[in-house]
Parts: sequence; C-alpha cells; structure tokens
Amino acid sequence: MTAAAVDIRHRPFVREVLGRSDYAIIGEIVEPSTKVLDLGCGEGELLEWLAQNKFVEGRGVEISVAKVQRAIARGVSVFQGDIDQGLADYPNGAFDYVILSQTLQETRLPLRVLREMLRVGRRAIVAFPNFGHWSVRLNMLWSGKAPKTRLFPHEWYESPNIHFLTVQDFEDLAAKEGLVVERRYFLAGRRRVSLLPNWRAEVAVYLVRR
Amino acid sequence: MMGYQSPKMIVETQTVRFDSLTLDCGATLAPVDVAYQTYGTLNAARSNAILILHAFSGDAHAAGIDHEGKPGWWDNMIGPGKAFDTDKYFIICSNVLGGCRGTTGPSSINPATGCPYAMGFPVITIGDMVRLQKMLVDWMGIPRLLSVSGGSMGGMQALDWAVRYPECVVSSIPIAATCRHSAQQIAFNEVGRQAIMADPDWNEGNYYGGKPPARGLAVARMIGHITYMSDDSMREKFGRRLRGKDEFGYDFSVDFEVESYLRYRGSQFVNRFDANSYLYITKAMDYFDLTSGHESLTEAFQGVTSRFLILSFTSDWLYPSYQSQEIVKALRAHNVDVAYCELPSNYGHDAFLVDVGEQTELVRGFLASTFERLRP
Repeated sequence: MTAAAVDIRHRPFVREVLGRSDYAIIGEIVEPSTKVLDLGCGEGELLEWLAQNKFVEGRGVEISVAKVQRAIARGVSVFQGDIDQGLADYPNGAFDYVILSQTLQETRLPLRVLREMLRVGRRAIVAFPNFGHWSVRLNMLWSGKAPKTRLFPHEWYESPNIHFLTVQDFEDLAAKEGLVVERRYFLAGRRRVSLLPNWRAEVAVYLVRR
Repeated sequence: MMGYQSPKMIVETQTVRFDSLTLDCGATLAPVDVAYQTYGTLNAARSNAILILHAFSGDAHAAGIDHEGKPGWWDNMIGPGKAFDTDKYFIICSNVLGGCRGTTGPSSINPATGCPYAMGFPVITIGDMVRLQKMLVDWMGIPRLLSVSGGSMGGMQALDWAVRYPECVVSSIPIAATCRHSAQQIAFNEVGRQAIMADPDWNEGNYYGGKPPARGLAVARMIGHITYMSDDSMREKFGRRLRGKDEFGYDFSVDFEVESYLRYRGSQFVNRFDANSYLYITKAMDYFDLTSGHESLTEAFQGVTSRFLILSFTSDWLYPSYQSQEIVKALRAHNVDVAYCELPSNYGHDAFLVDVGEQTELVRGFLASTFERLRP
C-alpha cells in the first residue's frame, strides 16, 4: 500500500508529499483517475505527482513564465496567465477538483475566484495559511506592527499576501455562500490539529462543494 | 548539451507522385508530386511519427545536411538529442503544395500543355496543402501522427490537421501562428504580391525559360524580412551603422548596414524561390480562416481531440501573442488538453527559427509526455 492510500484523517502526523504537508492532504483527497485543475501550479510538481500516483488528468495555470516553462518541460499542461483568465474560458463542471494551494490570500478578488472554482469544478480544494494562528496574533499585539512570523515572513510592503484570512473567516464565508464543507484539515508543521484550530493551525485545507 | 559531436546527418529529398488532388477551389490537379525528407526510424507500432510543417519560404529540407552542405531550416530543432529527437521519433517534412522545391506548384509542368502552369495553376489553400500531406502520410502507412508541428504558416497547417483529422493527430504544436490572417498580415502579403506583379519581368507570370521578376521578388522578400524581425533585434543587429563607409554617400547607393542586409537577403531569395509560388502561397495564407463555415472559433474546434502545445513570442508583432491566446481560449472552452507559453525573445517572428533554447525544452518535454501516455 502506498503512503497516499492510507487515510490520514486519523493519523496525528502527515507524511509530506514533495516536502509539503498540504500536498499530502491534497494527494489524499483527490480520487484516482479524475480531472484536476491546479491554479497557481508553479512548476507543476503537484500535478506531476498526481498524474503519476493518482493517474489524474491535470491542467495548470501559472503566471510566471519561467515556472510555466519548467512545468511544460516536465510534461504538465500549463497555461501561462493569471488565475482569473485561467478559469474564465472553461465550461461549467469541466473538472472534478479545482485546487488553489496557498494562493487564495494572494488573489485580488478571492470570493470571485472561489465562485469560479466551483463553477468549473465540482469540488474545490483550498489550502491557505491561517492568519489567526497564535504566533501571528501575539506578534502583532506585542510589536504593534504588521505581523512577521515563520508563516508570514514578508515585510508588509513586499508581501504577496493581500487578503489575510483565518480559519474562522473561511468557515464564515463558506456558510454565507452556502458551501458544503466535505472535509477540513488543520496542520501545524506536520502535526494534525483538531482542538482550537483557529488558534493552533498554521495551514488549513478545505474540500468544499456547492 | 551533448558531450560528443554527432556525425552530420546527410539527407536526401525524395519524391512521390499521386494520381490527383481535388482542391477547395474545385479544380483537380493531376498528377501531384510531393517532395519530402525523413529522419530517424519508424517504430514497429508506427506510433512515433512526427510531421514537421514548414513556414512560407521553407521546404522539405528541415534537418541534416544536404548534398550542397546546406543545413535544414530547422536543423537546430531536429536531430539526435534535439527537441524533435531523431533517436526517438520518425520525422517527416514535405514541401507544400504550390511550392517550388519539388512539390507541384506553378513552376511545374502542366501535363495538358507541356508548359509550366504559371498563372494557370489553380488557387490553393492551407487545407489543400494539408490534404496532400495526409495522402503522403497514408502512403507511408502511418495511421496516426504522434505530432504535427510547425511555426508561422506551418503552425496554421498544424491547426488545420488537428481540426481536419482529429483521429490521426495525437498532438499538435503550432508555434507563432494564427487561426486566421489579420488585416495587417494580409496587407503585408499584398504589398509583396504587388511588388512582384509590378516588375515588368513578371510578364503575367510567364517568365519561365526567360528572365524572372528578380527585382519584384527581392523587394517582396525585403518587406517580409522586416516583418520577421523586431525593432529591438534590428537595433541590435544594425543600429544606424554605415556599410563600408565613415560618412553618408549623399547618393542612393547603400549607406546603412540594414539596407545592405535587406538587399542581400532579397537577392539571395531570388535564387531559391519562384515568384509565382510567392503569389500562390501568400494567397493561401490570406485565405486561411479556421472559423469559416462556423459561428465561432470555439465551434470550429468541436471534435478536436489532440493535445496541444501552443507557443508565441513576446516580440513577434507579425503573429502577435493575442492570436495564439485566442486559439488557447477556444480550445479550453472544450476542455482540450492545451499548454501555452509566451516565450520571452527579442527576435520577433523569426524567434521560432533562431531563438530555440527554451522552445527546445518545452517541445522535448511535451513530446516525451505525449509519447509516454500512448503506452498502455
């Protein structure tokens, strides 16, 4: 049995995929032989892993030319463009999953992105860093400055993150949009968190549908 | 790069004759010759064949060295270990219908008259070119092409292949191409045609055996070359440098390097290209419009099953990126498997021929994964 086939929902630690624990969870969520769109796919590592291990038919969208080149060179079908463009052309329900990994907080119109994800995909997988983590809260309280932590290491004027959200923010939005949260995972490093996730989770991964 | 110098691939053009080809305009050409070259070896499953499609002034000699010692027009992309790896794939390239390098065209002998067709040659289309290529591929006993690929007019053919014969095309790689010529593209072609037809030596197309319209054809080629470059690449290559003099000649001889270059390229072209082929092939490009007969480009792509790698170049103003992006959008509306990248280059439209470093990596990876997926 491969590592990905073990249900990680009941394990306290996540075995990382490609050095990332959120990828391990995404790898667990995605059913074999499905169609997947990865928004902000970088060099296509996750799509390549999903193609090899889950036999998915993958497509990616990436804005950086250099990353698009490396993704295509490794055989992943990637479109060079921004996420809005990347979604608009696709017909409804074109994918089983649309993945947005650690990018929601960087998009200009996150709600529109989320709605579009659930138009072109039957399910959306959203992973994001939790701005409600205790280290962020304490850092801001004590320093009185825009928080700089391991999760959010950038100076405020250099940060790609333009919309800060917490676990609770995402829960509220999902409820307001009437989304069904099929699964939710909370991670602190490689450790899974269940108690007080809005305080303790560094990264949250949600599987949602309409 | 490779650690050893591979021996130069000596190649030869071959010709096959087909009984007839009925054209989009309704006329029938009989017989039709096709000049082609092949590189590499067709595998037992016949699953590794790639058809390379040349641009406007290209020919069947895409790779290797011919008997005159001349390298093929895409020799930097095709060969052992290159993007189109002849150690893995069987590569075919043929001269287009209407050409002047071995395939039937206006300079060929019309069997009905015993004289060259000249302007009696029927008007041809990109679709006619593709149907003739299909006859060649069928004749070779290849049921399905792993890929069809080319730049510029070759890219138009690669698109036409995927629409016309979806079941025969596993993947398509149109580079610096369009699904239909724009007014600007038609305009440049028309200026080229008018330059040829304004030359008294053109003589209504009847110059075979006499003096060809060398001045008109050279001017047409000069215009073409300007459109293939970019402001940046011309500034870099020529700037305002003078040719063989320190100050202006105050006459109309060659002053600037760029003038010298254009004149040289124009005069070179006359030796290898037929003026009437110029007229016919540019007309075929101008007529090309994948949307014709359809409500939209999206509708035209209904039924397309090939995988696509579509490339454009930042400085290409003749076939600008928006034209490639339009194709990508329409294909995505059908959720076709399409990869797209706008490659940074200063070389203008010529980039697909000369600036092939990044293009090589993309084509290599795309072909490898396409070939891999064919295996059960």
